[in-house]
Amino acid sequence: MSLASPDALEISTKQKVALATGLIGLLILILAFFNVNFPNRAVFLALSLGLITLGTVIYSRDAYLTKLEGIKNDGVWFKSISSRGVLGWGLGVVLTAFYIVLYFFEELLGAGQGANGANTGLIALFDPLSNLLSGRNASQWFVYGTLYTVAIAAFGYKFILKYRHNKYQQLRTISVIFFQLGFAYLIPEFMHVMNSDLPYYDLKSVWPLNYYLFQDYHLNEFLNAGNIGIALIIFGVVSTLVITPILTYKYGKRWYCSWVCGCGGLAETAGDSFRNLSSKKMSAWKLERWLIHAVLVFSVIMTVAVVSTFLKGHWEGDTFVKANYWLSNEVFLISIGLFLTAVFTGIMLFKRNELGKDARYGAIGYAIVILSLFVIYFTGTNEQIFFIKSDSLKSAYGFAIGSVFSGVIGTGFYPILGSRSWCRFGCPMAAILGFQQRMFSKFRITTNGGQCISCGNCSNSCEMGIDVRAYAQKGENIVRSSCVGCGVCSAVCPRGVLKLENDSMEGRINPTEILLGNDVDLMDLVNQK
Amino acid sequence: MEHIVIIGNGISGVTVARHIRKLSDKKITIVSTETDYFFSRTALMYIYMGHMKFEHTQPYEPYFWKKNRIELKKGYVKTIESQSKTLHFAEGGTLQYDKLIIATGSKPNKFGWPGQDLNGVQGLYSKQDLDTLEQNAPNNKVCKRAVIVGGGLIGIELAEMLNSRNIPVTFLVRESSFWNGVLPEGESEMINRHIKNHHIDLRLGMNLKEIKADENGHAKSIVITETEEEIECNVVGLTAGVSPNINFIKESNIETNRGILVNRHLETNIKDIFAIGDCAEQREAIGQRRPIEAVWYTGRMMGEALAQTICGNPTEYKPGHWFNSAKFLDIEYQTYGWVFAKPRENEAHFHWKHEDDTKCITVCYDTSNNKFLGINTFGIRMRHEVFDRWLTEERDVDYVINNLPEANFDPEFYTHFEKDILSTYNQSLQTI
Repeated sequence: MSLASPDALEISTKQKVALATGLIGLLILILAFFNVNFPNRAVFLALSLGLITLGTVIYSRDAYLTKLEGIKNDGVWFKSISSRGVLGWGLGVVLTAFYIVLYFFEELLGAGQGANGANTGLIALFDPLSNLLSGRNASQWFVYGTLYTVAIAAFGYKFILKYRHNKYQQLRTISVIFFQLGFAYLIPEFMHVMNSDLPYYDLKSVWPLNYYLFQDYHLNEFLNAGNIGIALIIFGVVSTLVITPILTYKYGKRWYCSWVCGCGGLAETAGDSFRNLSSKKMSAWKLERWLIHAVLVFSVIMTVAVVSTFLKGHWEGDTFVKANYWLSNEVFLISIGLFLTAVFTGIMLFKRNELGKDARYGAIGYAIVILSLFVIYFTGTNEQIFFIKSDSLKSAYGFAIGSVFSGVIGTGFYPILGSRSWCRFGCPMAAILGFQQRMFSKFRITTNGGQCISCGNCSNSCEMGIDVRAYAQKGENIVRSSCVGCGVCSAVCPRGVLKLENDSMEGRINPTEILLGNDVDLMDLVNQK
Repeated sequence: MEHIVIIGNGISGVTVARHIRKLSDKKITIVSTETDYFFSRTALMYIYMGHMKFEHTQPYEPYFWKKNRIELKKGYVKTIESQSKTLHFAEGGTLQYDKLIIATGSKPNKFGWPGQDLNGVQGLYSKQDLDTLEQNAPNNKVCKRAVIVGGGLIGIELAEMLNSRNIPVTFLVRESSFWNGVLPEGESEMINRHIKNHHIDLRLGMNLKEIKADENGHAKSIVITETEEEIECNVVGLTAGVSPNINFIKESNIETNRGILVNRHLETNIKDIFAIGDCAEQREAIGQRRPIEAVWYTGRMMGEALAQTICGNPTEYKPGHWFNSAKFLDIEYQTYGWVFAKPRENEAHFHWKHEDDTKCITVCYDTSNNKFLGINTFGIRMRHEVFDRWLTEERDVDYVINNLPEANFDPEFYTHFEKDILSTYNQSLQTI
């Protein structure tokens, strides 16, 4: 957990003690992992999580509260951990290994390895907490969720101290801690207590980030849970189709990505030390646009395919039971096609200019999805989609997107690729919100006239790899689909040039040739097109 | 094809090159001996402080220059032969030009102090200066103390830099208060306190008498004129302002004073030779501006204007309302319009300061007609566009103070102080 440790040489004695405290907490977890049997698990778990949190808290207080309020980036590029040094690579390897074990070798963590399927090892250590919250033993996901929540809370506290002069940063961080602790961690556990038929459902996790929301096992579990389950399905659909577009229109995608989302929450807190590592190169931006939109197209097709098979029916032993829902497979596929056509036509009619050269890529994506709908309809049998067994396709999708991309690469590679590589290159939700942010949103980062000095602090601190300076030095507002609105570019700007704002849609994108401050006649002459 | 040669790859030279490319197909060559690519000089401090690496201070990726057909030549121009339109390089070789733009920037001032050329004594202007500092002051074991001479913008930046590596700093300022030739009293004094809060040993009203050397010719201490106090140190930073970097021109027939003399079209006395940025000196000052403006923004604006002239649209350098900005350790500073250190004839200042001692504003207005003349703002961000408009519209001071919320540019959820400012303003009116 002591992710942010700088070079040990330059830190104070108090910080060394804090690091040691945190490491002892971590050591308990490691010992449990290696099957050391702790006598009183509840005590040792509390001790472990407590020491980790305490270490982070003491460390942060000594690092920031001993100095005046202000930007605290001294030495970021000198520290091994935050500049792809030995510590950075080492941490990357450890995190990646952890994710691989978590996703693919849960037995190594001790899941159900004891007598009568009881847990052993690390997972067993978390049994007391899990029993306290929901009356069942822990799973590897409970262990992961607990550590994840502790990380966001402890490093969130660190981040709040680091930006204690900046209310935007503080509120945003309190918000991600709240949503992680409440919505992702506690509420699902309590929902289980109230209705044990309900599947795990993090209410704030919206499709398509929540890629398994519409998978058949999940839908079945909801349907079996009665009215509350159906209400949750409806809520899932409404959050994607209604709530999300409205909030994104008003505030930009930041309302989700840097205020609510758990992936974003971890990136903004535990990942803060690595935000400078994202590539700002034009080539990275090109890769990003291909990759993230390909994932989006893929996840739309997969979800439609999955729901389509669900609506057809399911196998009970050797007999296929035809489904009988109010929504038939045909109607579903046709309405998806019509909906996408309406969106596509609307954009081409009203927003063609803003798309520019990207219109072609949009058209390609649209064509692929529509084509896939036909393929799903005509080739989809009771067992297969795209001539592949639907079960293996689903698990391949979950494997590629859910495990490898968001977990192993997305978080494991924090110290190498920066804290938001999943959000930037892989998250289908970020793709949809970003598209809307670019097209229909009041949000932008305003550039303050001619005050930019091209220093590059903004670009350097952008975790999404946006070359913010390229816009600021032209006096141009930043309206980029990938911007998650974390506000750190604005915070670190030494000349007060950047401000996150929700304002009218008009004149939001404003490239200029001559910057404010120069000859008014010249500016008029050159800027009129 | 006409060949435009630009000496200097700073903000002025690069801006004029970019705009010439936008307007024409001319051949463009930028000559520099400092670095291969354009970087932001104002960001040098952040490299030493570890916020960024050198490549992050380069606003354009290397492919940009080729794509825009801007040739970059590394070389030091020794002489300019204006008859044959030829540049001679110190490394040997020549370059022909059709039009020449000199944008060579500044160099740190030295005022003939004894010991000013010792090892360990340096200014902070160029990339080379930064490399020297990295050698002289890598940490507080090699550099046990540094003394900075000269209380201006570069001096306080250098103090912040050294402070970030826990190197003790003594800061000699000739004036009775920090930068009070430019800043009004209340602001200057607030910055004095802020500097001291950062544990920087600020010495006001102190001059450098001499720098003493050790047996290796390295600076080992300085002596203060006023007190004869000797302070041991390993690095001496000379930051008493800058002056045009034009030594290589003195031999040529280009007319110079402190800088290269130019008219409003940025032309020198020699046809087809122009000068912009820090090294240019206006024959007659423009408005209340100084004849030499060593500021990032003015360099850029001269580049924007000159590109028009070069490309067949003769355009005077006619800057709009004055603006500038800086950051003093943790306190950001912006200024719009004119606020002089002391109100001039028919001028008055309204000053407001927050009780936390990190935020204040000073508004200058004309006492004869209440016209708003300018504002300095510390710790509160304000909108350039709004003040530019108010200055053009010649708003009066009441209007400006009453409409300050419109100009606020602080991040969302920040505490606003406009009400407090307004009530202070109203009270100050009643007492007059």
